[in-house]
Amino acid sequence: MTWTKITRVENIPPREGRPVRIGELEIAIFNVNGRFLTIENACPHRGGPLCDGIVTGTAVVCPLHGRHFDLETGMPVRAAEAKCLAVFPTRVEDGVVLVDLTAGRAFNESEAAA
Amino acid sequence: MPEKLVVVGNGMAGVACVEHILKHGPDFEITIFGDETHVNYNRILLSMVLAGEKSADEIVLNDIDWYRAHGICTRLGIRVSRIDRGARVVIDRNGQSTPYDKLILATGSTAFIPPIPGVDKENVHVFRTLDDTNALLAKARKGLKTVVIGGGLLGLEAARGLQVRGCEVTVIHLMDSLMERQLDATGGEYLKRRIESLGIRVMLPRQTAAIVGNGHVDGLRFASGEELEAELVVIAAGIKPNAILAREAGLQVNRGIVVNDFLETSDPRIFAVGECTEHRGQTFGLVAPLFDQARVLAATITDNRGPVFSPPAPAAKLKIMGIDIFSAGSIDECEPGVEVVRYEDPAMGAYKKLLLKNSRLHGMILVGDIEDEQTYLDWMRSGTDLAPLRRQLLFPPTVGDPGLAVAEMPDNETICGCNGVRKGEIIEAIHKHGITTLGQLKARTKASTSCGSCAGLCEKLLRAVAPDFQEETKTTLCSCVPFSYERLREIVRGQKLKSVEEVLAVYGNRKGCEVCKPALSYMLDMLWCGDHEEDRSARFINDRVHANIQKDGTFSVIPRMRGGVTSPDELRRIADVADKYNVPMVKVTGSQRIDLLGVKKADLPNVWRDLGMSSGQAYTKGVRMVKTCVGTEFCRYGVQDSTNTGIELERRFENLFTPHKFKMGVVGCPRNCAEATVKDLGFVGQDGSWQVVVGGAAGKSVRKADLLITVETTEQALEAAGLFFQYYRENGNYLERSYDFVERLGIEKIRKETVYAPEEERRKILDRLHRSKALSQDAWLERNHPANPTQFVQIEPMERVPMSAQAEGSVVREREEAQLV
Repeated sequence: MTWTKITRVENIPPREGRPVRIGELEIAIFNVNGRFLTIENACPHRGGPLCDGIVTGTAVVCPLHGRHFDLETGMPVRAAEAKCLAVFPTRVEDGVVLVDLTAGRAFNESEAAA
Repeated sequence: MPEKLVVVGNGMAGVACVEHILKHGPDFEITIFGDETHVNYNRILLSMVLAGEKSADEIVLNDIDWYRAHGICTRLGIRVSRIDRGARVVIDRNGQSTPYDKLILATGSTAFIPPIPGVDKENVHVFRTLDDTNALLAKARKGLKTVVIGGGLLGLEAARGLQVRGCEVTVIHLMDSLMERQLDATGGEYLKRRIESLGIRVMLPRQTAAIVGNGHVDGLRFASGEELEAELVVIAAGIKPNAILAREAGLQVNRGIVVNDFLETSDPRIFAVGECTEHRGQTFGLVAPLFDQARVLAATITDNRGPVFSPPAPAAKLKIMGIDIFSAGSIDECEPGVEVVRYEDPAMGAYKKLLLKNSRLHGMILVGDIEDEQTYLDWMRSGTDLAPLRRQLLFPPTVGDPGLAVAEMPDNETICGCNGVRKGEIIEAIHKHGITTLGQLKARTKASTSCGSCAGLCEKLLRAVAPDFQEETKTTLCSCVPFSYERLREIVRGQKLKSVEEVLAVYGNRKGCEVCKPALSYMLDMLWCGDHEEDRSARFINDRVHANIQKDGTFSVIPRMRGGVTSPDELRRIADVADKYNVPMVKVTGSQRIDLLGVKKADLPNVWRDLGMSSGQAYTKGVRMVKTCVGTEFCRYGVQDSTNTGIELERRFENLFTPHKFKMGVVGCPRNCAEATVKDLGFVGQDGSWQVVVGGAAGKSVRKADLLITVETTEQALEAAGLFFQYYRENGNYLERSYDFVERLGIEKIRKETVYAPEEERRKILDRLHRSKALSQDAWLERNHPANPTQFVQIEPMERVPMSAQAEGSVVREREEAQLV
């Protein structure tokens, strides 16, 4: 595990997401009522910025065309969209959000369904 | 000569039985005695009356016209005091005799009052009837110290009802766990936590030794010696069958009036139905079996004796919004051969327990997450073999074809457990009466009119059977908060709910979605005019950053340009901003304004600052603009000053939000150059008057606006506009454009309630508009004080990122790996 300190928890308000760019990769970190979850920031449909989406439970709704993605698995919530997104291990330590940027993984569909 | 049928008891079971008897053929001269003064109402929904979610009128099941139409002699408020079996008469408390050939006892039950000293004190109540409910409502007030004795279904519903009325409520319960008859200890604990999170105190186990006070109640003393202050006490410790009348008449009575499988008592002319009965040693408190009884008895009594009563597996649901509890079947895990499957998620407050026997679902407890209630109930009732479904037990698959499950149900399967309506009856009604909507189905069959949990099933059935099924006009906000807009506005106002999270927690599924969150945000803003907790997370991104998101994630910026009038100075600033921030496109819009397209989120505050103009609200459901023609100032045909009137109109409404975008137009003559007659609100200038028109559209649909009123002065026109504008704000459903709104309500009604309303009403509407306006402000002022400090800035990682993580290739794609292996 390679944890990278990203930002203080208060910089991401409850039920909102914030984008962070690291080289080629852009991630969105969400504060799901005190639980922090990290997902790739580009909707596989048309590249919408998920960080700007409304949070519903543990899912986010893309602000462009309303696709839903689960923030825990990266899986699309409605079956219409086949592609899933990478999610990254995230934890909080001393009020700081840490993300393991090396461990991003897109779940295999059958695995996530099981 | 028809036989005389007397029914003692005007409650749900008795009247349901009479309804079935009428279906068999009206061969009786029927008299119904009711102890209560009310017509038959839905007792199950009293808790909703207490909580203010329904009015007393709304829970009436049979209104007085129904009794009249069926020639039923109705004796309300008259208690029957004696039965003379020899003379075959009942004698009421006035001493009057009423003869019978057949007699139905449907005397129901009364609240069980434990033998505690002091229960007769003032302000000690029970919660059983509509009168009890009204008495509680008369006492309830903010801060009233209230104790509910009894932690069962009824006690908890009473507690919640009183708590939303402002009382400080404590529930005390004799047992270690709440609702112990329906839940196990773990389920009870989840329920307790949820109840406590709503602000109700729970004390377990507590045995009340006495209710103390001098005349009226001051408090409770427990067996432990501990005391608790109380100004109001509600006893909800259970019910007991009302069997005195039968016992005194010499009928066989144990706990209840003993009936056989045909609902016959020990006297061949006397029958009993409902909570007063005892069948094979069992008494009843839930409504579903009682409706079964009513149907069986109706057959027995009309010489169609044959159907027998066999009590269905019990199923209980707590009817408190925000607390999802469902329990059905047997929950005794010690029963031989029973295996248990459990799921718990403390953070979500969800608990599921399924009891299986011989690979069939035998019972269940669902707390916090009851989405799969219907599937489980289907499994249980149909005895589905669950061996092949073991892996999906806790999260059953959603049925692919919604019609399939319902198509597979046998015709005699019960769809509506509350009212005992079977699938076959529904199908018959659909064909016979040409039913096409759920509303018609409800009116005709009563299915889904009690608890409403089978509405989905009924709709699926309609969809599958009715050739021209019509979806009801969408009235509920969304499945997260299943209430109509009207009801929600009442709830939010009445319960003084001030945040989206609060509404979702109390009346919704605690999650919310992209549909209901913005709608609730609008509702709170409109109702509380800023005196509420603005929650940006519940807003669409446009309303978080006050700009319109574009396909590439950049934003469009449209400053306000009132009446479409600008100045060289403003134009210079716009040009400078476009240069400075490399704005890819500057475009004149259809609204007589200028749009800067492709602005980065991080630049927004600076762009607004450099523009020095206020927000044009082009990104939100709110006041957009007033499009004007040049009018009398320059035009040689103009007869009214359309530009200045338009600018004033825009000033009066700008910065306010509306159910959907709101576009206006003002034209100085009937040539209509600024297209005022296809705007949400328009002024059409005439020589010496203005026509105020509303509900026009030139978008997805094209609609000519309706004339609201013709007035002489500009000030009168502005006032009429204000009345319509605020009326739409208050009564329009979120995302309902004014043209749909006008068509839904009809222009006549709108005129009557706005411009033709009494002076007093008009003043109130305008006062509310002015109050909202006074509290509103230009959203772009957030450039100086953003709602959240990181709203516009890009977050930079606090430490250097390891090189290996910088390439996107570091994302492990399981699918690709799997192919390699």
